[in-house]
Amino acid sequence: MNELLFVLQLLIFPGFLFLVIYAIFAEWLDRKLYARMQNRVGPPYWQPLADLIKLFSKEVIVPRSAGYYLYTLLPYFAFASVVTAFFFIPVWSPQALYSYQGDLVIVAYLLTIPTLVLSLSGWNSATAYSILGGIRCLTQLFAYEVPFFLALLTPALLLGTWNISEISQNLPSFLFAHPFYFIPVILAFIVGIIALQGKLERKPFDIPDAETELVAGPFTEYSGRLLAIFRLSLDMEMVVGASLLSAVFLGGAQSFLGIPGFIAYLIKTLIVIFILAYIKAAVARIRIDQMISFGWKILAPLSLLGMLLVVLFQKGGIL
Amino acid sequence: MSERLTLPIGPQHPLLKEPIHFRFTLDGETIVDADIRMGYNHRGIEKAAEERTYIQDLYMIERICGICSHTHATNFVQAVEKILNVEVPPRAKFLRTVVGELERIHSHLLWLGVAGHEIGFDTLFMVSWRDREIVMDLLEIITGNRVNYGMNTFGGVRKDMNQEEIDETLKGIKILEERTLYYEKVAREESTFIARVSGVGYLPKDIAIAYCAVGPTARGSGVNYDVRRDFPYAAYDQIPFQVITSERGDVLGRTLVRVGEIFESVKIIKYALKNLPEGPITARVPRKVPQGEATSRYEAPRGECIHYVRANGSEKPDRVKVRAPTMANLMSIRHCLLNQQVADIPIIIAAIDPCLSCTDRLILLKQAGEKEGEILTWEELRRRSIAKKPL
Repeated sequence: MNELLFVLQLLIFPGFLFLVIYAIFAEWLDRKLYARMQNRVGPPYWQPLADLIKLFSKEVIVPRSAGYYLYTLLPYFAFASVVTAFFFIPVWSPQALYSYQGDLVIVAYLLTIPTLVLSLSGWNSATAYSILGGIRCLTQLFAYEVPFFLALLTPALLLGTWNISEISQNLPSFLFAHPFYFIPVILAFIVGIIALQGKLERKPFDIPDAETELVAGPFTEYSGRLLAIFRLSLDMEMVVGASLLSAVFLGGAQSFLGIPGFIAYLIKTLIVIFILAYIKAAVARIRIDQMISFGWKILAPLSLLGMLLVVLFQKGGIL
Repeated sequence: MSERLTLPIGPQHPLLKEPIHFRFTLDGETIVDADIRMGYNHRGIEKAAEERTYIQDLYMIERICGICSHTHATNFVQAVEKILNVEVPPRAKFLRTVVGELERIHSHLLWLGVAGHEIGFDTLFMVSWRDREIVMDLLEIITGNRVNYGMNTFGGVRKDMNQEEIDETLKGIKILEERTLYYEKVAREESTFIARVSGVGYLPKDIAIAYCAVGPTARGSGVNYDVRRDFPYAAYDQIPFQVITSERGDVLGRTLVRVGEIFESVKIIKYALKNLPEGPITARVPRKVPQGEATSRYEAPRGECIHYVRANGSEKPDRVKVRAPTMANLMSIRHCLLNQQVADIPIIIAAIDPCLSCTDRLILLKQAGEKEGEILTWEELRRRSIAKKPL
């Protein structure tokens, strides 16, 4: 009986099906917010679903220059890694579906796979736009990945645990007990949000698929079902990224159980998605060289500063 | 990366609103060579103009461009009026100026939006195009049309402005002035915008002159030249205004020139509407155009536009030649593109505000050592056009 319940949890709630539905909703919300910030009407609520259905019903075209098996398999790798990452994040109770010491690192690595897959698919498509997009994907990875990891590790260092569920349970009470630690955690949260924007390849970091230069970057040759899987996994990556940040920095589902915990989770992730959409509307796309220097000259030192503050506070005995 | 990648852009590409072909040779992300090929949009407009009467030509030539339609119409009318030796009444000159300046505002706001889109700043694109609607509405109030205004006729303008329309226009451009102040702030202060346009696509003054760049492209490189001031037409000799230049020479310089010109246009319109002379709006024009030829120059929003008309005494012109400003500016693009990043291609191309459908004319390519051109009979031409080409 327990096994059946576990399988249901994996497949329906809070697992796979919920993630897909929430991802589609998040894409709509993101587009709607973006449109309203630009004084546009924006899409109706069923638009992302309609897009997906349309793409699923379209023909898949594999370019002659691409390796067939790799080309058709890569989107599923991105999909699978994002779904797997979601199981480690608490959604409706303080405890995630799966959790053990070190799952923070696992999630961070699983979230890197979509980027690698994108870059590989760009290379594999073997056309000028997609290769340039693939190169930029990888180049960009080096700029945001380290700050993103360091930002996630700041609360872990603070609480001495590498377990996402434990961090999300203990961080708020710890912070309110020792308000000095708000400084490094807020710093790390800001770095995390900006790095997540880069990870999701959204403005100002949508350099790999800069429409006016590279058409669709790594996606240029993808069509039909495979493109739908790619788009869905990017949407899901946004949800997983937002959930991860809300779990690590905002307390996630907190100590509530069931419905209140779930509502807390929804509100917190929506806040993160709103911030992401706001950044997207407020800036222009930067160049890849500017991105690298921004990542290493501003983001990485800021995240290091956050960790340094934690260490100094702990050694200095401000507890 | 030692191997060089060739990146083709166009004739169909999201960057391009109109078909043109660029072939870039890249070293990593740096452009080492650029090749520009035109000719995808040849419409035979000059030949068509020779086969219609002057009055038909006026409306057809207005449709050369959807953005600077008043430019082409006025330019053609001016050339024909020169041949006819007609003096246009002052009120008509002022009205032409007002419509021309509104058109300049509309074109520059459009450009600002396109530039925003090219560097991935879609919010700027959406917001500036929203404000552009104000100008479009004003143009509709004044002329009756939003795009091809049909304002000109030989010897004057077709429609007068009454007091109500003048008040409406003054109210509208007041809002525009406020909005433009905001855009100027964005262009000067928004850090991601500046990071993308500052120092990009540098065009030195001497190169700009050597390649005959015109309009904001030249003025953004410090070339102090404006047809409105140097060879005044319409009412520009009676209206005080300044020629905006920038010494920067990069895309930011061109942006600042364009934003500055919106302010100047607002001033010109205000002055023209407040000092609108009384009198008729058309002069009497002889029915037949005598033999003769004339050129006319006009400062279009994109730069100097030249029309040449030759009349042979019949009801149709013998030759009409249109040199759109994009043709002059296109030559300077290659210099701007060299040693730049791939990411800067869109904004550098967009910075001259290319309008290719105005520009494209028939191009004859000749292989080296090829004989003189041959004259084909109609049957031969037809036979060749339907003959199957081997792939």
